Amino acid sequence: MALSKLDNLYRQVILDHSEHPHHHGHLSDATNDIELRNPTCGDVLQLQIQMDDDDRIKDIAFSGSGCTISQASASMMTDAVVGKKAQEADDMVEVFSELIVGDKSVDTDVLGDAAVLEGVKQFPARIKCAMLAWKALHKALAADDHVAQVASLHASDPKEDNVNDRD
Amino acid sequence: MVKQLKTIKADFPILDQKVNDEQLVYLDNAATTQKPKAVVEALDHYYYHDNANVHRGVHTLAERATEQFEAARQKVADFINAGDKKNILFTRGTTQSLNWIAASYGEATIHEGDEIVISYMEHHSNLVPWQQLALRKKAVLKYIGMNEDGTLDMADAKKQITDKTKIVSIAHVSNVLGVVNPIKQLASIAHQHGAIMVGDGAQSVPHMPIDVQDLDVDFYAFSGHKMLGPTGIGVLYGKTSLLEAMPPIEFGGEMIDFVDLYESSWKELPWKFEAGTPDISGAIGLGAAIDYLSEIGMDQIEKHEQDIVNYVLPKLLAIDDLEIYGPKDPSKHTGVIAFNLKGLHPHDLATALDMEGVAVRAGHHCAQPLMKYLNVPATARASFYFYNDSNDADRLVEAILAAKEFFKHGTV
Repeated sequence: MALSKLDNLYRQVILDHSEHPHHHGHLSDATNDIELRNPTCGDVLQLQIQMDDDDRIKDIAFSGSGCTISQASASMMTDAVVGKKAQEADDMVEVFSELIVGDKSVDTDVLGDAAVLEGVKQFPARIKCAMLAWKALHKALAADDHVAQVASLHASDPKEDNVNDRD
Repeated sequence: MVKQLKTIKADFPILDQKVNDEQLVYLDNAATTQKPKAVVEALDHYYYHDNANVHRGVHTLAERATEQFEAARQKVADFINAGDKKNILFTRGTTQSLNWIAASYGEATIHEGDEIVISYMEHHSNLVPWQQLALRKKAVLKYIGMNEDGTLDMADAKKQITDKTKIVSIAHVSNVLGVVNPIKQLASIAHQHGAIMVGDGAQSVPHMPIDVQDLDVDFYAFSGHKMLGPTGIGVLYGKTSLLEAMPPIEFGGEMIDFVDLYESSWKELPWKFEAGTPDISGAIGLGAAIDYLSEIGMDQIEKHEQDIVNYVLPKLLAIDDLEIYGPKDPSKHTGVIAFNLKGLHPHDLATALDMEGVAVRAGHHCAQPLMKYLNVPATARASFYFYNDSNDADRLVEAILAAKEFFKHGTV
């Protein structure tokens, strides 16, 4: 039964997050705002962050459309970073990236539920789905305050070069 | 002699392998097709025995390479009944062919206020070049609408194409909806209004007999790799008078007649458009692909694919919660079948099918405006070719049912 391998990818906690995403919706007083697209598959993710005066993520919300993996990853990411300082959150993006595409072993405790996405490693075509929300977080944190921006993931980064969509 | 379809899989060694422990079922033929031994051996033979640059050497190898390269052009001309091989330009693929028309013919003939008419079901390669041309020239880009079943709305076509229309460019077969558009009828409407007709043949030439003179298209574009040929070779057919009037798009070696310090003249058709060393092996490989297809017969191929659609489409339609895009009537549907399982993103579905050894595409299929029109972010798509059989169709249906079961239990 070949679909048994799917259990490594679609763990129950991932399906739960996808079905009932946390921090899903919009913020009325966001300070950072980004829409990140994955042009190869059509996923769109809007991410809003409200930073407090202490440079902490006071609140965070996402919306858009995507597959189970991208939605679950976004939900888990928002759980993991809310309340964190900007630099801490950005460091978490690095840890997550290393977990999914790297070859070093990393301490995943900081990632919370998101650590179970490690299974995506065995499905190279789906790495981009898992990375989308974290890339969006990185870009949103790097953006100037109050400037909404739209960006696309591009294949120039080898870490993102796993989905090929020409036909 | 007609090749027997049932022995054909043996000509495609790549199909005989396991993927994720299951026998591979390759159903992504609208993206690219697999290559028969005959094509790979033609590339092999060329590089091992005849490799040289074309059109310029006096030595024996250069003569052989030139002869085979030009023979391939003749095969293409015969295959689509172009009339003459001077009407066949070798390009990199459908995308480049269409870009050439926009960049040369379009640039010279489109002026402010002129209209370019396409449809909502166009692949980005038959949309963005016209959109950008329209933006450059302040021309008007218009879209022909679709009927409920995904077929082109011909009543709307008659409304959209007017005396201001200069170019009509439509896919002969949709790469998502699997509909065949009435190109001949569209060409007739375009010509009544003094417009030219461009056919995007990327999904038609590999699957059915094509006669460009009968269709009366002014330009016709297609790719080699979707019809058993290598990647990197494509074709642009054009009527003689248009090609002769068109300025070259690229300049350099191989396309010149005489070069002076301050002016140059061009070779005659078709070479005036082919600057630089062409994809010689690609053209020879495409020639071998055409030989292979011709041996089977395009009528046979079309009939076999229709038989598969007649077989599989009702089975897919019978699956609860599986939405099929395009016509539900198998006689109106080609072997390109796009679908979505309710409540499941097509990427999740495609990953599940891959685990069952079934290769399908998931995404927007380079047709974002069509996805918007259908109001879906993406779809899964199975696309059949003549080397697929009813067993492959069964495997697709079984895999979809298994995926449905998996996600139903997983998410409860």
